Amino acid sequence: MNDQVERPVYMDHAATTFMKPEVLAAMAPYFSEHFGNPSSLYRFAGEPRNGVEAARGQVAAAIGAGPEEIFFTAGGTEADNWAIKGVALANRARGNHIVTSAIEHHAVLHTCEWLEKQGFSVTYLPVDGFGRVDPEAVEAAITDRTILVSVMMANNEIGTVQPVAEIGRVAHDHGVLFHTDAVQAIGAVPIDVDAMNIDLLSLSGHKFYGPKGTGALYIRRGTRVETLIHGGGQERRRRAGTENVPGIVGLGRAIELATADIAGHNRRIAAMRDRLIRGILDAIPDSRLNGHPVERLANNANFSFRYVEGESILLLLDARGICASTGSACSSGSLEPSHVLLAIGLPHEEAHGSLRLTLGDANTEDDVDYILEVLPEVIGRLREISPLTPPSPRVPEAE
Amino acid sequence: MMYTEKVIEEFTNPQNVGELTDADGVGEAGSPTCGDTMKIYLKVEGDRIADARFRTFGCAAAIASSSMATRMILGMTLAEAWNLSDADVVDALGGLPEPKVHCSLLARDAIRAAIADYRVRRGLEPQERGSCECGGVGGCGSCPGND
Repeated sequence: MNDQVERPVYMDHAATTFMKPEVLAAMAPYFSEHFGNPSSLYRFAGEPRNGVEAARGQVAAAIGAGPEEIFFTAGGTEADNWAIKGVALANRARGNHIVTSAIEHHAVLHTCEWLEKQGFSVTYLPVDGFGRVDPEAVEAAITDRTILVSVMMANNEIGTVQPVAEIGRVAHDHGVLFHTDAVQAIGAVPIDVDAMNIDLLSLSGHKFYGPKGTGALYIRRGTRVETLIHGGGQERRRRAGTENVPGIVGLGRAIELATADIAGHNRRIAAMRDRLIRGILDAIPDSRLNGHPVERLANNANFSFRYVEGESILLLLDARGICASTGSACSSGSLEPSHVLLAIGLPHEEAHGSLRLTLGDANTEDDVDYILEVLPEVIGRLREISPLTPPSPRVPEAE
Repeated sequence: MMYTEKVIEEFTNPQNVGELTDADGVGEAGSPTCGDTMKIYLKVEGDRIADARFRTFGCAAAIASSSMATRMILGMTLAEAWNLSDADVVDALGGLPEPKVHCSLLARDAIRAAIADYRVRRGLEPQERGSCECGGVGGCGSCPGND
């Protein structure tokens, strides 16, 4: 680790983001000055109550919803669980079938698998080579027992953005509710829940420069959703537990900042991402970009490098001060590589050799330059070690 | 997943990387499908290992295990190298996270495959039955059928 640079080059914003100073500033008074319980009746509880309700309005405004349709949770995973289990349990009399995709986050997939154990049936739709769900396949999968379609807005690994509005329309044409996990999409994809035919939407604060442990579920007015967390009467009796007031306030401020200028943000980030993609594909033979070439998150670049393994790439990058991610099994403790990379048709060898670089607001052109300098060296070094690397086609230099 | 400093050091500066064009025995273990492939090359003088090299496709634990195992078997007799256990490699690395212990097994298997290849090339029985802890009786984990 001797050559580690002083400032880490952080390119793992899909995993989590730093908190913006404005967000921290908004939260600060609610840790100490305005510490009251929003459920209390005395006037001292008014400020925390106002903070929570202001945040509800900020979240609602960011996705074109009404404040009464926003419910705060402890994160995106809880929101996904609530949306899917909540709809399933509340609508069991109408049907027991759910349609989702093979490349959802585990918060969705594992929830669906749990529901299967409870007697529900789930269709896991395949995706094309770019990771797109075909709305016609959604339509074909819907039966008269289908109660929910759940397809993510943008994939967390390969960044592919789904045709959510069309999928929602298909669901509605058949009288089926539509949930989307928008955890990766907030601040990158303009969202209007009405125009996009969304009935339930999950989001998570720490993915857009807000605090960890915060999230929200949008539930369209009138949608039947079972309550999962019982206790007090918070969140209009639909999600018990004393509110994480500072976190909620931070979430509200963060989503306001993240959605203030999506087009401008995407222009700046995508320019760096595209330079990164071009530079890497040009410099490293036998590399490929995973995900859709156009319909992808502005900050996502996901590659496969043949003959090398992802965790090894990550650790050598880490030794040079670069934080990134991989879909390789070796990083996770399971022995299977990413279900997303396998679903888009990558052979196991290439799925093991994947690297995800996700940019964020603090990244600079210098960061891109540094990665373009370091990554080819790292891949070259690992390929020298790998027995899978084919002999160099170049004429050997004279000794 | 946390690695010991020793694993990181061995992974970052691996020893004995490469191939031996005049190897006396070559062995391979694992498969690219499961994310790890290890190839070991041996040069044998008398019954001792005079040189050992490796090439590995795999994670940090796999590369570190390959490097450490090749360092450990240098100078060993073939019987000693055959009996090098995965636990020996893990100990030398100061431990491996539980899901990664299989990587050290690959090193052991690749070394045994290389020794078996050496013996086949010399027209001997492929396995060194009898050169292990049980003396060929079976049950030691090294004899055929016990892996």
